[in-house]
Amino acid sequence: MKEPEITKELIKDHGITDEEYSRIIEILGRKPSFTELGIFSVMWSEHCSYKSSRLHLRNFPTKAKWVIQGPGENAGVIDIGDDIAAIFKIESHNHPSYIEPYQGAATGVGGILRDVFTMGARPVASLNSLRFGELSDPYQRHLFGGVVSGIAGYGNCMGVPTIGGEISAHPCYNGNILVNVFNLGLSKKDKIFYGSAAGVGNHVIYVGAKTGKDGIHGVTMASEEFTDDAEQKKPTVQVGDPFTEKLLLEACLEAMKKELIVGIQDMGGAGLTSSSSEMAGRAGTGVELELSEVPLRESDMIPYEIMLSESQERMLLVCTDGKKDELIDIFKKWELDATVIGRVTNDGKLRIKWHGNTVAEIEASKISDKAPLYDRPSKKPDYQDDLNKLDISTIPEPNDYNEVFLRILSLPSIASKSLVWEQYDHMVRTNTVQLPGTSAGVIRIKATTKALAMSVDCNSRYCYLDPYLGGMHAVAEAARNVACTGAVPMAVTNCLNFGNPEKPEVMWQLKNAIIGIAEACTELNTPVISGNVSLYNETKGSAIFPTPVIGVVGMIEDVSNVISHSFKSGGDKIILIGDTLNELGGSDYLALIHSKEMGVPPALNLKKERALHELLAELSNDKLVNSAQDCSDGGLMAAMAECCIDKGFGASIDLSALASGIRTDALLFGESASRVVVSCDEKDVVKVSEKVINKGLTFNIIGTVVKDGRFTVIINNRSVIDLGVSRLLDVYSNSLANALK
Amino acid sequence: MYGVVVFPGSNCDHDCYHVIKHVTKKPAQFIWHKQDSIDKNIKTIILPGGFSYGDYLRSGALAQFSPIIKAVKKFAQSGGLVIGICNGFQILCEAHMLPGVLMRNKSLKFICKNLPLKVVNNKLPFTKGYKENQVITLPIAHADGNYYAEKETIAELEKYNQIVFRYCSPDGEITDQFNPNGSIGNIAGITNRDGNVLGMMPHPERCAEELLGNTDGKIIFESLGNN
Repeated sequence: MKEPEITKELIKDHGITDEEYSRIIEILGRKPSFTELGIFSVMWSEHCSYKSSRLHLRNFPTKAKWVIQGPGENAGVIDIGDDIAAIFKIESHNHPSYIEPYQGAATGVGGILRDVFTMGARPVASLNSLRFGELSDPYQRHLFGGVVSGIAGYGNCMGVPTIGGEISAHPCYNGNILVNVFNLGLSKKDKIFYGSAAGVGNHVIYVGAKTGKDGIHGVTMASEEFTDDAEQKKPTVQVGDPFTEKLLLEACLEAMKKELIVGIQDMGGAGLTSSSSEMAGRAGTGVELELSEVPLRESDMIPYEIMLSESQERMLLVCTDGKKDELIDIFKKWELDATVIGRVTNDGKLRIKWHGNTVAEIEASKISDKAPLYDRPSKKPDYQDDLNKLDISTIPEPNDYNEVFLRILSLPSIASKSLVWEQYDHMVRTNTVQLPGTSAGVIRIKATTKALAMSVDCNSRYCYLDPYLGGMHAVAEAARNVACTGAVPMAVTNCLNFGNPEKPEVMWQLKNAIIGIAEACTELNTPVISGNVSLYNETKGSAIFPTPVIGVVGMIEDVSNVISHSFKSGGDKIILIGDTLNELGGSDYLALIHSKEMGVPPALNLKKERALHELLAELSNDKLVNSAQDCSDGGLMAAMAECCIDKGFGASIDLSALASGIRTDALLFGESASRVVVSCDEKDVVKVSEKVINKGLTFNIIGTVVKDGRFTVIINNRSVIDLGVSRLLDVYSNSLANALK
Repeated sequence: MYGVVVFPGSNCDHDCYHVIKHVTKKPAQFIWHKQDSIDKNIKTIILPGGFSYGDYLRSGALAQFSPIIKAVKKFAQSGGLVIGICNGFQILCEAHMLPGVLMRNKSLKFICKNLPLKVVNNKLPFTKGYKENQVITLPIAHADGNYYAEKETIAELEKYNQIVFRYCSPDGEITDQFNPNGSIGNIAGITNRDGNVLGMMPHPERCAEELLGNTDGKIIFESLGNN
């Protein structure tokens, strides 16, 4: 490739506006070189600079006494006691996965793992949140298969268990699927590594795979809408090699253990450009690189391509002269390239050389400090008020609730996802206390009594109907899922998936969702410690539902107190904790049975939500309940089915006590918030009720666990549901496979 | 002393080490794949699961050429005990320490799942803690676990009682319905004629602790005594 002239077209092709270009000239005091233009274009892309969201992200609470590192590093860090830190983050790989599902998803996993082990942690658990378009479309089924195989292919080879997640399908994702991947790692509290190029004179060392021409402008691609040309963007998708990453993981951890590394950052989005400039920026130093030393896969690469390549499985390290040889020997032992490509300087410049000639020289701190920051205009969509108008008295109540129940159970978001998670190695590392398919993944922490629970959630329909309330719900639901295991929710990571921020309506959604998330995180005492923003999830002008996916991590002091969701023994009493209101807005029931995605999401009282989480931790501590299951999508009935199916129990339920002033459909399938179904031995009912009432929450015994294989619901002596558990199991187990046929 | 071999890409090495050292409380050490000899004090070698050399070319195909495998062959010939689990089993087949091959699962997909298995041979040092024909539950986690060998080889395996585990129903019936990967005769694990080299696709190290819900796998490590 030859270096072209810097023309107006070229600047525009790099996604740089006139105003941004003048800013570049101001920083440099001259016109940029081609390499410099490339550097600014990727660093100031939405993906790297957060230029549309940064202003609003400041609303998040980010501090608590257990937070060691909040947003701004490769991943967030919390203190979980016993001198151990948990390091976690969620990230999107939406655009690449739509173009090439296997590699897009695989490299998404590779990227999030690097973010975590860059900080000195061994990755121990992954989750993912996947959203597809309508599965009746063969292309969506192709994407589904490719994404799942890609996650499996990469994660399994790395030996990191994938222990949970969520999957749903909706037409709003037809042109933009969402692939959000979460990883959590563990490290010693005093052995956390940062992306900092400290120590003038230190070596800058390139390790891992060689650099090729793949993924150039990947981040720019991820900062644009799709038009008809998605297929032509395939070359911007990186290709993953999990084996090399596994070697890189082991080599990095070994080098860290031996204290040979001063600073380290992975070369993910924007590759060598972001790693070198960010490391210098954080340390307040400069970095000088000689690109002719970079190990290349293709010999004809020019500096521009080398700086912008997003080839996978690469890291940039900084080390002192005295430790250099020992460090390089470790990477050699793992059969990886390790080459000195530059040094840390004291002039604050990112200086790029090519065979001795300077091809780029930029004040490193200015690349991020002077990055554009937009307070983009926002406006409530014109359709919003109409969308929220819902008079439920006009909705006819169905005659046959058995049929409605089975249809709800067959939704991809509710039905069993075992055909997916059985493709993920979810047991490797022998820590998985709860198999996937439960409310939250749980791993024990070896050499302690503790366990960590984690969940990723978002109801994007709620966010579409009311981004503020929907954002709150996403936090509340993820935290509730974690709390249902007995864990105390500690911190949040989030992945904000939205449309084009240059549209005021999308900006309105983003701003309001952020406020809702921030309020919920404050009230639930779960600060945001890391995250990612993915904008421009639009195709041909049509945006996805706002989808701020929330990951919550919580801790259980004693792993033997972990509660699972399934009923454990016949005769146990079934208790519903929380208020059931006469509300149907935004429910799966309304969408599926009445084809209406309208109304307002369920009311949410965050004080009650927090009281509920505290209650669940107490019930777990005192070993008073045998199961706990969150009531959310699909309402009480979906929750009950999940409690029964796992071990084949039935349930005999009577909802008469709750029925006054509430429609039967709202009672069964309404999604009132902050509710949990627990089961307990009859002798413990009084103790449980006292605890529930002490927390100011509503307590109702709604039935008994039975062993006769029947699932029955009566309301005021009228049978509304009467089904065999085997029928529920059949629909629950096979619906996703049928949808994918 | 147990030796757990570490190939580039092994990922169940830590799990095996953990069970031996911290659950059954026996001594263990890691063995690097570039070693060409085995310490005298090692009595049992474990080839752990994972993706040695990325499973490039074929699962286990590259690992057979590593220096340690030559040493493991010698070790086995002189009577040392060797267990290959999952990728370890694939390596043992590729290295011709066990007959047959492990092909891609019939479903063409990776499968991670707890499954019932029948202990067909409980006369081995590895399996003497089980009852004959006992049905146990162990997890599998593989994409290439579809065992195949020529008819004559299978007949020999049966004749010399070399089939150790078969996939079965929870009641112990050996049928196609309970065959997860297409293995011939539902074979999940075999041994060599001398009974000192065991290859198995299921992962006993993943179910050796009460906390993880199942301890059926612990018996293999306990059967081996103190070594």
